[in-house]
Formats: sequence, C-alpha cells, structure tokens
Amino acid sequence: MNKKQKKMLIRILLAAALLVGFNYLPVTGIPRLLLYLVPYLVIGYDILLKAFKGIRNRQPFDENLLMAIATLGALVIAVMDEGDYTEAIAVMLFYQVGEWFQSYAVGKSRRNISELMDIRPDYANVEREGQLVRVDPDEVEVGSVIVVQPGEKVPIDGVILEGSSTLNTSALTGESLPRDAAPGDEIISGCINMSGVLKIRTTREFGESTVSTILDLVENASSRKSRSEAFITKFARVYTPAVVVSAAALAVLPPLVRMLGMHLPADWDVWIYRALTFLVISCPCALVISIPLSFFAGIGGASKEGILVKGSNYLEALSRTKYVVFDKTGTLTQGVFEVNAVHHNQMEAKKLLEYAALAESASSHPISKSLQRAYGKKIDRSRVTDIQEISGNGIIARVDGISVAAGNGKLMARLGIEYRDCHHAGTIIHMAVDGAYAGHIVISDRVKPHAAEAVRNLKASGVEQTVMLTGDRKKAAEQVAESLGIDQVYSELLPAGKVEKVEELLDRKPGSANLAFVGDGINDAPVLSRADIGIAMGAMGSDAAIEAADVVLMDDDPMKISKAIRISRKCLRIVYENIWFAIGVKLVCLILGALGLANMWIAIFADVGVMILAVLNAVRALFVKKL
Amino acid sequence: MKKSYKIEVDCANCANKMEEAANRTAGVKQAVVNFMTLKMNVEFEEGQDPKAVMQEVLKNCKKVEDDCEIYF
Repeated sequence: MNKKQKKMLIRILLAAALLVGFNYLPVTGIPRLLLYLVPYLVIGYDILLKAFKGIRNRQPFDENLLMAIATLGALVIAVMDEGDYTEAIAVMLFYQVGEWFQSYAVGKSRRNISELMDIRPDYANVEREGQLVRVDPDEVEVGSVIVVQPGEKVPIDGVILEGSSTLNTSALTGESLPRDAAPGDEIISGCINMSGVLKIRTTREFGESTVSTILDLVENASSRKSRSEAFITKFARVYTPAVVVSAAALAVLPPLVRMLGMHLPADWDVWIYRALTFLVISCPCALVISIPLSFFAGIGGASKEGILVKGSNYLEALSRTKYVVFDKTGTLTQGVFEVNAVHHNQMEAKKLLEYAALAESASSHPISKSLQRAYGKKIDRSRVTDIQEISGNGIIARVDGISVAAGNGKLMARLGIEYRDCHHAGTIIHMAVDGAYAGHIVISDRVKPHAAEAVRNLKASGVEQTVMLTGDRKKAAEQVAESLGIDQVYSELLPAGKVEKVEELLDRKPGSANLAFVGDGINDAPVLSRADIGIAMGAMGSDAAIEAADVVLMDDDPMKISKAIRISRKCLRIVYENIWFAIGVKLVCLILGALGLANMWIAIFADVGVMILAVLNAVRALFVKKL
Repeated sequence: MKKSYKIEVDCANCANKMEEAANRTAGVKQAVVNFMTLKMNVEFEEGQDPKAVMQEVLKNCKKVEDDCEIYF
C-alpha cells in the first residue's frame, strides 16, 4: 500500500464507523442532516472537489461528476423524504472502496509483472588494482574486463576470457536447462552465472546489451495500443456524456409526460432517483482499467516464457493467426549444415572438399561454413583469387590458379557443364574444377527434434495452413515438409522470392485472418516486416532480429510458436469476456434502473462489483505456464 | 527527440486524458501514456526545449486530471 492508499483506507473505515454509529442517534430534522454530512464529506470531499474542478476546466463528464450528482441528488431526496441519508453516503463509500481496491489490485499486479520481467543487473564487477569493485554497468566501457561471480547476473554482453561455468538463461528464454560456457564463448547479459567465476571482455555498452534491449522492448510494449484498447478509449469518450444526457432525460421527460400527457401525478422524486441510479451504474472504469491490464498481464506472462511481444496490438494480431509461414532454415531445421557425402567424384573426396572450402572461404553462409568445417584444416585465403559470387547460384573462384565452380545445378547449366543430379535429400553442391565436372557434395540440415510436434500443435491451436519457404531443391524440400506435416511448400526460392511469396499469400488470404512469418532473423528482415506478424526465433543476442520482428522467441524451440498463439488467444478471450461482461451487466442494470427495478445497491454492484470482477479476470492473463 | 518520464496517476481513464492533453500541447509531436508502467513517452518537435514543453504538458494535464504528477 502506498501513502495515498493508506489515507484512503483510513477515510473509508472512519466514514463507515460514523455511518453505523449515527444510526443509533435519536436526532431528526436539520441536525440529523448536518450530522450525516460529516461522514459524507469525510468520504467524498475529493470527489466533489474533482467534479467542481472538472466543470471549471470545461472537462465535466467524468465519473467524479457522475458520483457527485448521484450522491448529492440522493441527499436532496432524503431531505425531502425526511430521513434515510444512509444510501447516499453508502453509494459514495462503496464507490471509494471500489476505487481503493482497483488502485491496490492494479498496483499489485503492476509490481508482480515488473518483478517477473526484472532481469536488470544492478552492478558490474570490475577489477581495479587487484580489487573487485562494483560499478554501475552504464560506466563500463566496451572492451573492459568484468568479473561475474557464481549467483550473479551477467550485466553486459561479451566474450569469456577465463573460467568456465554453467549459465541459467531461464530469465531470458524460459528454458530451464542450463547452458555450458567456456573461454572463447560469447555470453549474453541477463544470464545467471551458476557455478564458476567468469572473466568477460565486454563487446557492447550496457545500453546496447541484450538485457537492456529486451527490457526496453517489454517496458514499452503496452504503449502500442491494440484495437480493443482504442475501441474502449473511444467508447468511454462517447459513453459518459451519453449516459449523463439520458439520465437527465430520464429525470425530466417521464414526469412531464405523466403530468401533461396523462394527467397523473408527476412523481418527481421517483424519476430523479431512477436517474441517479443510472449515473452510478454508468461509470466506465471496469472497462477502462481491465482491458489494458489484461494486455499488460498477457505480455508479462509471455515474456516469462521467453516470448517477447512488442505491443498489445501484436498480441491481438497474433490471436487471429490462421496462416503460419516458415522460413525452413533455422526455424524447423537447426540451421547447422553437415556434409553427408561426396558423390561421382573423380578426384579424392578430401581434395574436392578442399577446393570447395577454399572457393567458399569468403562466404559466411551456413553452407559455406559447413564446407569449411568438413575440410577441417586452416584455410589459407591467399590460395584463392578472383572470387565471384553469383547470387542464388554459387561461387566461381580460382584456387591455386585453377578455376573452381561450386554451386547448384543452375550454376553448372550457366557454365555449360554437364552435371549429374542426386537422389539424396539435402543441398547439393556441384563442383566443377578446371572446367570439368568433378562430382557433388551432399549437405543436409537436421530437422529440429520438436518440429513435427510443433506443427501439429499449431494446427491444434487453430492455425489453418502451414507453409514452408526454402531455397532448397524441390525434392529435398518436399521430403522435409511431408515428414513435418506442412501443408504447402515453395522451394528453390531466392531471398527476394520469399518476400514475393509472402506477399502473394497475403493477397490471397481473407482479411480477418492473419499471416505470421517465422524466420531466424538472418537475412529475412524484409519478410518479417512485410507479414502481418513477424516472429523471429532464437533471437537471443541478435539485434537485427529483435528490431525487425513483432514477436521475438528468445530460444529456438518451434513449440513456442503455438504457445505464443495460445497465450494471445487466452489474453484476447479475457479481454472480450471483460468487454461483454462489463457492458452487458451495465446495460441490464441500466434498463432495470430505468424501469425502477434496480435500486442504488444494485447500481453499486454494477459499478464497483463489475470492476472488481473484471480486474480479477484480467490478472488471469498472467498465468500461461500450462498453455 | 524522444524522452521518457515517470508519471503518477490513479486510473486508466485519467491516463488516457493525460495523453490527450499532452498531445494537444504545443511542441509535442507525439505523446504516449502507458498506465501499466506509469510512463509517459514524449516525442518533441525539432528545436524545442523539453523542460519548457514539459512544464506546459504538466499544466495541461493538471487541467484535465487534477490528481496527476509528471517527474521531469
């Protein structure tokens, strides 16, 4: 409880005690009114003041005005009927109880969610003159050496110089399995060092480190408002004035009609009382508070699972995902390529691999890397000259003065070299040495262990179509897709072709369904931003991916995609429950109020009770573990 | 220029009103109030002094919601 809340609690208790106590005093008439004004003012003075200020600032239509009119009106009726002031005061009292509860509950969930996302390191250890000194991580320059002791958070991204340890990355990825770290490894801030002392050379400033990027992203996430939130804001803007006007009409029109049209007694007090109930029921708080709270809780819960959603709008968009498009490499497969075989080679397989590795030595493409790994020896780049990369085809270079071409069938056709196709699944690198075909190398990528299950889960959580895009050959692509249960495959695509395909799919789908593109954040930023929702996987430490995507999965487990969708569905379900529940109850009570079937007490339930229930419901969005 | 300020406000509707008021203030390009994190992110127009603009923003916010605070 903060100071304000404590003060309010005291006022509530005091007013309640006075109200109960005065019931037993045998006072009547004006003294009775004056007596009862004491608890009324104790509990409601700030509301009256705010309502007055609202009128003065020409912003009158808010819940303060509603409450002021309603309770003052009830007091006036009580004066005329000589007697029961309890109701007017009770309305104010319960309104304040509701406000107090709301402020308490929101404060509490705000704290809970913030704690959940609290991965901010408070300090960094720097060695100075043989002593470890704690400094503000902001002050550590790039290239300095920091020391992380067991149990501490890694404050800044860097490379391990000394020491080995196991790291707990669960705060970042939701993955509970610890990760090993050894000298030479890159290390990401936000991990917790579990066993050994680590010396780390920082490679970034604190402000640009993973942990800061993530915190920044999550903290600003709920600033990007969803359509539901925008709707509620607009709704509240129209709704409050509308209710005040209809309450005024309810107070004035029926009595006039009765008096003039039907020659009946006007019953002013009955209709004014009904109009006042109307005002109490109408307060839009339940909606206005519970919708953003639901989104906030949903985003918080998701980030605990290693799923970063960049805004309420994306959470909303995610819940309507019907098409999921995968970029195969790095999402469904591990993106770790291995040389499996060498076929039709004239020279020794080792020699062929050497040529291939040298020719591709300048490329950082995963395939080139795998060739270099398979070669296994240090690459002497001075042996390679005239490297020419032909996008989507391969590479032509001179190795030891001999021309070497390494690439796909298109490259061979382009060079006019006859090649032999391969019946194995995987990526085939055809080799031509000195203008003659020299065989091919089969490289394949391993499918992730959970990939098939992940695709099944997507279907189970309501995704209608799964599509795979890949640069692989048709046969290999289809084989992978079939084993995973993917509906549609587009193969042999160049990077630009992926954007085109996604655009084509976007055009074809119905407007209400959303298309999510899942990529590993390498080379697919344009597609990530083009899709309705861009999901980047295994993005821990990759700024480009975090920048381009709308949803970031911190580890590379494809199961998280369906989990993210389910979290968003749950959150949106809660949002709609609250919208319908709050508006529904209020409408029913408004009608009952207008007909005279609802008294002040029901009105208070419609206001405060609904709000409390909606807030409690909203907090449910935080619990996503079992989804 | 963009800056983030800590705010204090009690209800979500009031936060929305503050956002509106801040956006109406001269020198503010765009303001977003985040009730859940109690933060106001303000993007200023070119060549404006954030301090002076924020004085005005606070004044305008106080007008629509008396019970609010912006720390700058």
